Amino acid sequence: MVEKVKTSSTVAPHSMGALPLIGPVKAQIQTVPLPRRLGRAAAIRITLLVVAGLVLPFLLQNFYVFQLTLAMVYAIALMGLNMLVGYNGQISLGHGALYAIGAYIAAILMNSFDWPYWASIWPAGLACLIFGYFFGLPALRLQGHYLALASLALAVTTPQVLKHKSLEDYTGGFSGIVLSKPDVPFGLPINQDQWIYLFVYAIMLVLFLIAYNLLRGRIGRAMIAIRDQPVAAEAMGINSAIIKTSTFGVSAFYTGVAGALSAIVVQFVSPDSYDFFLSITLLVGIAVGGFATISGSIYGALFILLVPNFAGELSKSAPWAIYGVLLILVMYFMPTGFAGLIRRVGTLISRQMAH
Amino acid sequence: MDALLHQLFSGVASGGIYAGLALALVMIYQSTGHINFAQGEMAMFSTYIAWELIDYGTPYWGAFFLTVIFAFVAGVAIERLVIRPFHNLPVIALIIVFIGLLVIVNSTASWIFGTTLKTFPSPFPAEPLWDNHYISNHELGSIGIVLIIVAILFVFFRYTKLGLAMRAVAENPQSSRLVGIRVGWMLALGWGLAAAIGSVSGMLVAPILYLDSSMMGGVLLYSLAGAVLGGLDNPWGAALGGFIIGILENVLGAYVIGTQLKFSVALIVIVGVLLARPSGLFGRTVVTRV
Repeated sequence: MVEKVKTSSTVAPHSMGALPLIGPVKAQIQTVPLPRRLGRAAAIRITLLVVAGLVLPFLLQNFYVFQLTLAMVYAIALMGLNMLVGYNGQISLGHGALYAIGAYIAAILMNSFDWPYWASIWPAGLACLIFGYFFGLPALRLQGHYLALASLALAVTTPQVLKHKSLEDYTGGFSGIVLSKPDVPFGLPINQDQWIYLFVYAIMLVLFLIAYNLLRGRIGRAMIAIRDQPVAAEAMGINSAIIKTSTFGVSAFYTGVAGALSAIVVQFVSPDSYDFFLSITLLVGIAVGGFATISGSIYGALFILLVPNFAGELSKSAPWAIYGVLLILVMYFMPTGFAGLIRRVGTLISRQMAH
Repeated sequence: MDALLHQLFSGVASGGIYAGLALALVMIYQSTGHINFAQGEMAMFSTYIAWELIDYGTPYWGAFFLTVIFAFVAGVAIERLVIRPFHNLPVIALIIVFIGLLVIVNSTASWIFGTTLKTFPSPFPAEPLWDNHYISNHELGSIGIVLIIVAILFVFFRYTKLGLAMRAVAENPQSSRLVGIRVGWMLALGWGLAAAIGSVSGMLVAPILYLDSSMMGGVLLYSLAGAVLGGLDNPWGAALGGFIIGILENVLGAYVIGTQLKFSVALIVIVGVLLARPSGLFGRTVVTRV
């Protein structure tokens, strides 16, 4: 039965037709359902990418290794947000807050309670999971712009709470917490930046694998069904309340883990680095990367990390104007994000090959 | 008691400002169903135009009306050039476009006009009426202007053919087109009016907050909260919501939790209200057909 759930947007409207490469597409959020099993070509491609990711830190300078590490951290957060916004259709302007909570819990555990860095990530993620689940409960009653406002409240409140005097012993108030750089274990012959890269890389792979398994199966399809046809989904016996709140929880877990990792990577947390703008940036990341795609999280992470710098090099006087123009152009020419563009290019190439 | 009155009055005063921008947000929401996150920045930019005009020696009210006209034209132009190509895309893509617009306008403003704070004149005399120490003439005048705008909007939507056409487009674009309403221009008109109202609220905020490219950031959040609280589809409700936010913010800030957390608490109150009434205090509950 479940396989029969085909909604308007799970089938790309022009997948049969002329296949325009760029240009506006009339659709809701476009989704190509994840295959139940990976084909052999896809498996080989992914294995090659994974190996490439493993070799990369040994070919690049430390600064670029650090940048890539940060991109992977963002990618994990975007994966979480994409589950919620892309797959489940609940808009959140508040994921910056969850990122902050994850970062602070990890930092406090390391700083005040001497936890090792690798252990502090999981309580941070779990706390966010529980918090996200309970935030998802009131969110059930709200939709669209009203949900956006409620999550916005979360984003605006969190930095202020973090600055508050009553928590200053732990959070360090305005000045935040400075952490030390993790040491390379087991006497491995690599430097600290390379070690952090590999550490984050391993966690990212595991989390992406879990996300893939979650999204391609029954639960993932239920999430998409709720997004596209809430009433029909309920009628088919999907418990929409449980799916929605759990999605909020899992999404918060990913973002919380990413926040904790960011604290380890940057070795610094402060309330002002988690302002409202971070939530917006994360939303921009999934839009540019591609809604309801897994690979889109990686493209989006690279975009939000690199493009502001790039815009700054193009124009010293108004870098953000360039950024804004780029953003609008990307949405106009690639409403399905980079993931959609790459998929279409791929289809085009394989068709050419077939002829 | 005196202190409480003081807080109440300054709450009403800042509420008036939020109400102004909330009205602009409702304007666009009513005609298109979207929340324009760049509304505050557009208002800020218009206020800079007014400042330049006054700097060249234009009398205040002359600059005021020229700016409103500029904002109207700019709003129409933005709708036709930037927003129009996106009208078929999902809401979330449009939100990203609004964010893009926000950073463009903000960045351009600080590029053209510089980043130093500028003082902006108030059209109202500095000496308070009746010797009261609760409320200044500027605050009183701002509230008056906002109320006038609400009244004009009410009359416009209720009693003019154009207003009726705009409401029809918001309700049902297809049928409106069939009866000969130019739907595209109605949407552009909605943007123009919203930008014009926004520019007024910008000019009313500037004497209080000083003119600066980040002037409207906080104001937008409060106005958004006010508009959502009052109901996005109801101008009266949105304006009232703006006032409620202003009062909540001041009274809670002074008596309950201190100024640091006042906005947070105001927001939490709003979310609480929304849980009880998911489409705002005065909004219509839309029943969708399955």
